[in-house]
Amino acid sequence: MRNKTIIPLSITCLLLVGSLCAFMYKRNAEITPFKADTDQAGLKLPTGFGASKVVDNMGKARHIVLTKDGSVYVKLMRVVNGKGILFLQDKDKDGKYEVQTAFGNYGGTGITIKNGYLYASSDKEVFRYQLNDQEQVIDPANPKKIVTGLLAGKQHQTKSIVLDNENNIYVNIGAPTNSCQENDRGVESKGKAGCPILDSAGGIWQFKANQLNQSYHNGIRYATGIRNVMGLDWNTENNTLYVMQHGRDNLNSSWPKLFNEKQSAETPAEVMYMVKKGDNAGWPYIYYDSALQKKILAPEYGGDGKKEGSSAYINPIADFPAHMAPNALLFYTGNMFPARYKNGAFIAFHGSWNRAPEKQAGYFVVFVPFTNGKPSGKWEVFADGFSGLDAVMVPREAQHRPCGLAQAPDGSLFVTDDVKGTVYRIGYSSKK
Amino acid sequence: MKQKIACITFLLIGLLTNLNAQTKKTAPAKATAKTQPSLTNGKLLYKKHCLVCHQLDGGGVMGLNPPLIKTDYVLGDPKRLINILLKGLNEDIEIDGETYANPMPALGHLSDQEVADVLSFVRNSFGNEASVITSAQVKAVRAVKK
Repeated sequence: MRNKTIIPLSITCLLLVGSLCAFMYKRNAEITPFKADTDQAGLKLPTGFGASKVVDNMGKARHIVLTKDGSVYVKLMRVVNGKGILFLQDKDKDGKYEVQTAFGNYGGTGITIKNGYLYASSDKEVFRYQLNDQEQVIDPANPKKIVTGLLAGKQHQTKSIVLDNENNIYVNIGAPTNSCQENDRGVESKGKAGCPILDSAGGIWQFKANQLNQSYHNGIRYATGIRNVMGLDWNTENNTLYVMQHGRDNLNSSWPKLFNEKQSAETPAEVMYMVKKGDNAGWPYIYYDSALQKKILAPEYGGDGKKEGSSAYINPIADFPAHMAPNALLFYTGNMFPARYKNGAFIAFHGSWNRAPEKQAGYFVVFVPFTNGKPSGKWEVFADGFSGLDAVMVPREAQHRPCGLAQAPDGSLFVTDDVKGTVYRIGYSSKK
Repeated sequence: MKQKIACITFLLIGLLTNLNAQTKKTAPAKATAKTQPSLTNGKLLYKKHCLVCHQLDGGGVMGLNPPLIKTDYVLGDPKRLINILLKGLNEDIEIDGETYANPMPALGHLSDQEVADVLSFVRNSFGNEASVITSAQVKAVRAVKK
C-alpha cells in the first residue's frame, strides 16, 4: 500500500520539478519584458514609447546585435582590457544588463548575427564565430578570418557589415579622403584624375560568408562611388541592400570663393541609396544638393555649386540635412511598435561637426516610413535628447551620440552611444 | 621689455573683451601694429580657416580633429606649430589617450603676419596662455627648406 502511493507521488514530484525547470528555462530564454525608466532615460520619444538605459560606461560602443533570447553583443571601437566585443545578459531579469564575457582582441565597428554565426569586423578584417543553440559563441578565442587585407585609411576606416539571405556578406570600405583631392581637404586643391582609390575603397564589397581569407582579389566590388557608409541593412522585403552615405565636408574651407559658411553647413545632403550590383553613386565627382534636388558636379572636378553632374550615377531614395553622420540603419520587422513602423527605416544620426560655426545637427534617431522598399513619407525625428543639450554648438559637449541600432526579439529597439558607452532600449506600450 | 609686456597685456585685454562680445564687429589690424601680432585679426582668421574643424571652443571633434586646448602642440615649440600651419599635418596624433585622424591642410598661402596673428590668437584663447608668435618667427621657419 505504502509503496503504491510512493511511486505515483514521486512521479508527480518529478513532473512538477520538470515543469518548473522548463518554466524557468523558458523565462531565461526570453528577453526581459520592457519597462521604461521613469525619466525615459533622458530621451524624447513619440507618444506611447518609453526608454530605459540597460547598461552604461562600456567604452566606445558602436554596432550591436541581439540573440533570439535577448542577450546582447556590442562591438567596441577601441579595445577595453584588450577585448573588443562584449557579451551581455540580464540574468536577474531586472531590465539592466551585465557584461558576462569579453573577447576579440581588436577594436572596430561592425557586428551582426546570421544563420548560426556571429560576424564582427576590425578596420581591416572580418571574422566569424560559430554559435551554439542559444546563439552564444562556442570558441571566442578562435574565430575564422573570412576577409583580410582591406584598406583602412586614417579617415572612414571602419567596416560595417551585413549579410543577405544567400550567404554573402557586404562590407563597406570607406574612402580615406574627403573628396579625392590632390591635397586632402586642401584649399582649392583639384580632384585626382580618375580617383584611383575607387579600386579599393569608396564602395561596398561582397564576399562569401563561409570562405576563409578573402580579399580584393576574390571579393566583388558590389557598388562604387559611395564615399563612406556606416549604416547599412539588407531589406528582407525586397531582398535589396540599402546604405546611408556620409556626405562630403568642407565646401567652404576648401572652396571659399564658391561656397559660404552657411552653404557649406547645409550642403550636401546625407543620402540613402538603394544599391544594386554594379551601381555607381558618383563620389567624388558629384554630391547631392537637397535644395536643388540634383546631383551637382563637385568643385574638385570643375563644379561651381550649380553645374549638374552625370546622370549615369544613381539617385538617392531619401535625403537628409547635411553632415548629420548616419552611423546605423535598421529596417524594422518587429511587432511591438505600431503598424506604421513595420518595414520602415530607423537611422541613428551620430551628429554633425562640419556645420560650425552654425548650430550642429543630428544627435538623434530618425524614422522613415516605407512601403514596398521605398520611402512612403518624410523622415521624422524618432528619439531625441541624447546630447542632453537644447542645441549642440560644439560636438564635444554632447553627453551621448547614437551610433548603433538593433532590433530585440520582442520588437523593442536597442541604441548604442559611443561617447559614454550607454545602451538604450526603446519600447512601446499602448496603455499609457 | 616693459613696452613689450605692456603690449602683450594690452593685446590680452583686447582678446578677453573680444571673447566676451563674440558678435561685436572687430576692426581690421592697424598697419602700425604690424610688428606685433594682432589677436583681433587672429580671431577673424581662426573663424575663416580653422573653426569648421577645431570648433568654436577650440575643443575639436572626438576621433577626428584634435583639440587646441592646453596641448603641447599648441603651447610647446613655436617652430613645430608654425610648421603645422605652413605645411599641414597628416599623421595620427594622440592627445590624452585619444587619437585624431583627419588631415590638416597646409595653410602656407597665408602671409607671415597672418600666420603669426592666428597662432598668437590660438595660443591665447580657449584657456591657453603662451607667448605670442611674431611674423619674424614665421618668416624664419618658412625660410628653412624642407
